[in-house]
Amino acid sequence: MNASIQSINMPKWGMSMSEGKLVKWLVSEGDAIKPGQEIMEVETDKITNVVEAQDAGILRRRVAAEDETLPVGALLAVLADASVADSEIDQYVDANRVVAVDADGETSLISKIQVDGRTVNIMDSGGESDKAFLLIHGFGGDLNNWLFNFEELAKHERTIAIDLPGHGQSSKDVGDGAAVNLIAAVDGVIDALGLKAVHFVGHSMGGMVAALAVIGRPAVAGSLTLLAPAGFTTPVNEAYLASFIAADDRKEMKRVLSDLFAEPSVVTRDMVNDVLQYKRIDGVNAALGLLASNALKAPEAGGLAAQLSGLGCPVRIFWGAEDKVIPPPQSDAVYAAFDISVIDGKGHMLHMEAASDLNAAILQQLATD
Amino acid sequence: MQLSKEQLKLAYQRMRQIRVFEDRLHLEFTRGQIPGFVHLYAGQEASAVGVCMHLTDQDTISSTHRGHGHCIAKGCDIDGMMLEIYGRKEGLCGGKGGSMHIADLSKGMLGANGIVGGGPPLICGAALAAKTLGTGAVAVCFTGDGGSNQGTTLEALNLASVWKLPAVFVFENNGYAESTASHWSVSSKQIVKRADAFGMPGARVDGHDFFAVWEAVREAVERARAGEGPSLIEATTNRYYGHFEGDAQTYRAPGEVEKVKAEKDCLVHFRKRVTEAGLLSTADLDAIDGEVATQIDQAIEKALAGTLPTVADLTTDVYVRY
Amino acid sequence: MPKKTFKQAITEAHFLEMRRDPRVIVMGEDVAGGQGASGEADAWGGSEGATKGLYTEFGPSRVLDTPLTESAFIGAAVGAATQGLRPVADLMFFDFIGVCFDQLYNQAAKFRYMFGGKAVTPVVVRAMIGAGFRAAAQHSQCLYPIVTHIPGLKVVIPSNPYDAKGLLIQAIRDDDPVIFLEHKLLYGVTGEVPDDSYTVPFGEANVLREGKDVTIVALGLMVQVAMDAAKELDTLGIKATVIDPRTTSPLDLETIVESVEETGHLVIVDESSPRCNIATDIAAQVADQAFHALRGPIKMVTPPHTPVPFSPVLEDLYIPRAEHVVTAVQATVPAKKKGN
Repeated sequence: MNASIQSINMPKWGMSMSEGKLVKWLVSEGDAIKPGQEIMEVETDKITNVVEAQDAGILRRRVAAEDETLPVGALLAVLADASVADSEIDQYVDANRVVAVDADGETSLISKIQVDGRTVNIMDSGGESDKAFLLIHGFGGDLNNWLFNFEELAKHERTIAIDLPGHGQSSKDVGDGAAVNLIAAVDGVIDALGLKAVHFVGHSMGGMVAALAVIGRPAVAGSLTLLAPAGFTTPVNEAYLASFIAADDRKEMKRVLSDLFAEPSVVTRDMVNDVLQYKRIDGVNAALGLLASNALKAPEAGGLAAQLSGLGCPVRIFWGAEDKVIPPPQSDAVYAAFDISVIDGKGHMLHMEAASDLNAAILQQLATD
Repeated sequence: MQLSKEQLKLAYQRMRQIRVFEDRLHLEFTRGQIPGFVHLYAGQEASAVGVCMHLTDQDTISSTHRGHGHCIAKGCDIDGMMLEIYGRKEGLCGGKGGSMHIADLSKGMLGANGIVGGGPPLICGAALAAKTLGTGAVAVCFTGDGGSNQGTTLEALNLASVWKLPAVFVFENNGYAESTASHWSVSSKQIVKRADAFGMPGARVDGHDFFAVWEAVREAVERARAGEGPSLIEATTNRYYGHFEGDAQTYRAPGEVEKVKAEKDCLVHFRKRVTEAGLLSTADLDAIDGEVATQIDQAIEKALAGTLPTVADLTTDVYVRY
Repeated sequence: MPKKTFKQAITEAHFLEMRRDPRVIVMGEDVAGGQGASGEADAWGGSEGATKGLYTEFGPSRVLDTPLTESAFIGAAVGAATQGLRPVADLMFFDFIGVCFDQLYNQAAKFRYMFGGKAVTPVVVRAMIGAGFRAAAQHSQCLYPIVTHIPGLKVVIPSNPYDAKGLLIQAIRDDDPVIFLEHKLLYGVTGEVPDDSYTVPFGEANVLREGKDVTIVALGLMVQVAMDAAKELDTLGIKATVIDPRTTSPLDLETIVESVEETGHLVIVDESSPRCNIATDIAAQVADQAFHALRGPIKMVTPPHTPVPFSPVLEDLYIPRAEHVVTAVQATVPAKKKGN
């Protein structure tokens, strides 16, 4: 097999994805492709996203057709140099068209850790390494929010995503709702897994939790990557929190979730259903209410920036220019003091909306060790 | 005799209220003021009051299509009842139930019931709730000779006995199910004979005699409250009016009702008994008669002045949430 | 997420709600089983074993076996509901509704309205529905249209384990009388069911898949039939939306109408007898509200207007199948080229 032939396959975005539909080709056969270039749009029952090229080459074959639904791993396109013969491409397509998928593969990555009587659910790519990425989702989210990031990061380093208390499959008990309850869960996971060098990645409220965890125990912090962190300079949009908690039907939930994205059409019916199913678990709305009125309203939740300056580990911060939930900071002084990238045309869910840029940036943090 | 003077006054007042309430409805119905079906309880007052004098608001009763007497005996608001019968918004059920469905759960009145035999299973449930929640309450089912032949009633008697529920089943045998005589329709002739078949004690009392009813029910209620299970009471009574208002009652022999009124009227009997025993004076009783007459007059006036429900009321109260 | 059977989901909902709320009681014929007999207590745990274990944990005051006396115990459940308990009564086969119907439609359903909004009757009546058990005409019917017809009752027909648990918990917490109907052939079906307590609200249809060519509405066991048909239709180039209303009262007509406005075609799959059933009801309401959106006739896939037959050969012919749904869709959606 010619080593210069590269495939583009149906990605696996999150645990429940078993197949995806190719919505639209964004390139034509014969186009010269650069790494990171958007190749096609793929729709799952949860979300629509673009598939980007990992490698450079000529797009020699569009194997899948628009509107076609294919299993995870299925061959979608073939890249190769111009020097590779068409017959070799045909052979490659014939040999690689069919894929076998381990449907339950990721389920085995899920485990539960007991911390102070609370169950903390995590997804751990595994291994013995005491160095790892630790991904912490935001308010109302869960570890599946990292569906476009987890696999990519895990290719390079042990990666652990956590369900914070009150979220996902973790206990719904958040104590009095103060941040310390969430930080305790994060610390508990770090201790239980014996991690020594943690590259924290936190989104929104999870950013605040990651930052406070690092401040609390700088010794384990390898780096800190914050995506639209809560409380950095301003508190979270209270109206958003209130409407997220209050929403109890699909229409209202969809409206609320649309505020998370620069492009509201990415909010699918299934994404709405998933959030509603979560909110309809006993104790969830109460937990969210406590977090909204305590963790996210604490004095430190308005001025994390001040506490973060002078930390020993590298800190990188990303913001979507169109973030409606926590808009980017306005003060020039903050931009002078921190490494902040504001990404045009993206909203609050940067790790989903700008996944490949973010993944690349997060991986760079490994180089700082 | 263990009834205090105040209790005797209350018993007489309630019986009198029922009588005047029903007599007045009979009159007003002929004037075309009252919509729908009305089934009057006049003549049977001693039964309802003799039973309910043992009950508090925590105890539950179920009633029948002939339910006004049970409502008054259980302490339902008379103005609210009259407003309901006239279909007014201020009625006990907002004008949505009417004569056949007057209820006030805050008084333990689980509703008059348009379905003969509808109440007995429900009263098993009320008794079960009292037993499970340990409230010490009892549940009393009023039904009649007609209801005694319903499968639901027989099932309820069996279940109450099997579950040993704090329930009392009161069969007011007024001699007729609609136009059909009970000595023809009730195979056992006496309903009380059925008690034995369901493994519970039974008593047959003269339903015109407040004191006889009161005494029999005292025992049944004590038994129920003590956790010893259900009892059956058959009270033989007579209704002074037809099955419903407008019933020409051609199935009754000429003079039948007049004879009962002359010989067995419960109010007359009560007055005689308490005055002869020196428990209450004629003046006491006359005073109550006067008050009740005024009260019912006023209830009619209030009912006529009540508000009619509007289209907005049509679709509310179907569900708690839909 | 843990996988559980439909029956386990039902059992779990009972346990969780009985632990949460001491007012919740369970009653019915054989809900524990063996009452008064000399053998094992909790011998059956319900005719299908769905309430097994409740008696052991909650005891005879909260798990009540009854004589064979549907009128009395359904009525007792209704009466108890008015007096502060939250009973779950197991009627076993819904075909038995005939011997207790008065207590449901004249009593439970009417109290709130007749009593001017002052009564609250939080009773749940569980029962099995559906053909496919070789149980013949008196143990196989889908009689939910009869109760859907009655104002004051709510009617729930779960089609999968997740919904079964969430809808049953909602039913037990609901302040109105709820008829909760379980298709016998679903008990063994597995699906993801969280361990936590959660609710699924009434009157919110589940959209199982979205396609632009036709809207298929199906209930209970028929949801899987509709999904199978939708897969088959995919190969014919017809993309189907499949909607499971989950509750027939309240009915989420809005979701159905919105979908029909997009697809222009409606097929309803209903296992109940064809006259005055849920299919005819939805068809009529969609025609009334969204006739402008329809680009073809509304098609209904139902059994024939016969009792449910016994012989397996006949019963299999009786129950709607995916191929019937495909044919019905093809009768309203114009033929398409593959991949269109």
